Amino acid sequence: MKFEDEPVPGYPLPILPGHTSPGRLERVLRSGAFAVTAELDPPDSADGSEVYRRAQLFDGYVDAINATDGSGANCHMSSLAVCALLTRVGYAPIMQISCRDKNRIAIQGDILGGAAMGVANMLCLSGDGVQSGDHPQAKPVFDLDCMSLLEIGRGMRDEHKFQSGRKVTYAPRVFFGAAANPFGLPFEWRADRLAKKVAAGAQFIQTQYCYDVPRLREYMKRVEDLGLLDKVFILVGVGPMRSAKVPSGCVPTCLAYISQMR
Amino acid sequence: MYSVRRWSVRNARGMEIFYKGFEAVFVALHPLWKAIGYERLEKPVAVVEKVVKGFLFDCQMCGQCALSSTGMSCSMNCPKTLRNGPCGGVRANGNCEVKPEMRCVWVEGFEGSQRMVEGKEAIKVVQFAVDGRLKGKSSWLKVAREKNA
Repeated sequence: MKFEDEPVPGYPLPILPGHTSPGRLERVLRSGAFAVTAELDPPDSADGSEVYRRAQLFDGYVDAINATDGSGANCHMSSLAVCALLTRVGYAPIMQISCRDKNRIAIQGDILGGAAMGVANMLCLSGDGVQSGDHPQAKPVFDLDCMSLLEIGRGMRDEHKFQSGRKVTYAPRVFFGAAANPFGLPFEWRADRLAKKVAAGAQFIQTQYCYDVPRLREYMKRVEDLGLLDKVFILVGVGPMRSAKVPSGCVPTCLAYISQMR
Repeated sequence: MYSVRRWSVRNARGMEIFYKGFEAVFVALHPLWKAIGYERLEKPVAVVEKVVKGFLFDCQMCGQCALSSTGMSCSMNCPKTLRNGPCGGVRANGNCEVKPEMRCVWVEGFEGSQRMVEGKEAIKVVQFAVDGRLKGKSSWLKVAREKNA
């Protein structure tokens, strides 16, 4: 999808009325089109060319690239640095922010820094517990949770204020997102939890991988009943199976269902 | 204690009724607290609060109690100290991703909230970030002070 007012692919777009960011992800979603995002596996390396090599795989296929923030509580190149490398050459990243490793002082600084480097999308996450990663001896921070992070990000953008109330002289123009697991327990509460994220400021949602389509439908029905589909864009996650034990017919069926649900 | 904490959640409705009465009395005693001095009361009240709520809820004394909004399950016992509901990693048996032997604080909290009257709706409201300065202080005194402000 190309926009007429896009000067050079990758350059910030003019912000249309009702939009909050100069990014293409918000543009594509608000135009009613189907958006595709993919996750970049950050390198365990200080070589920036590795980031570009991995990003090139997506050239021409995606609207935005997720830069993970120590996913699975494993140490990799930071999401802020991956985003800095990506925006330098015109990619549109989604900077993932986890509450596990940084307190509110560091995170708010990253929101400003990311936006200053041209990051138009940020995904607010609580983060995996340190015990599940390669540094279980690390101190978990969790000064914020995903909801308070969303609220703080929105406050910086819309009210031009840090959480402390101190003024931000030039607000970060960011499209804020959050994650959702439609299958997590307690299942009957998951849609209400999504409503909380939307109330806290989530504008788009990226779900975990969804293979159980009947259950996803049930979840989406509840989301619709809560009136959330008018307020938030939901990107349903799909990905390759990690284990050969999963039935092979599952993926095509799942993709077919998802295309119907758009 | 873990078993007492779970008992409290099972009896979330009773806890809600009791706390409502307790809070009304505690808030009404504001003139007395004021006469003694809130600062002077801080330490002894915090000790009592820690003993009582520590026994009933494994309270971590965050100083800004949200039990009425968390189904009477103390969210500070979540290894991620999530204040707004469960993460996506809850195990299929309802236990915590980080501490597999513990039931997810928020799976418990949701069940507790369904037994409550006001708690059923309160759990849907977004809780703001924890104020680290209040750790170890009395929530009861904070409520009394704020409701009389």
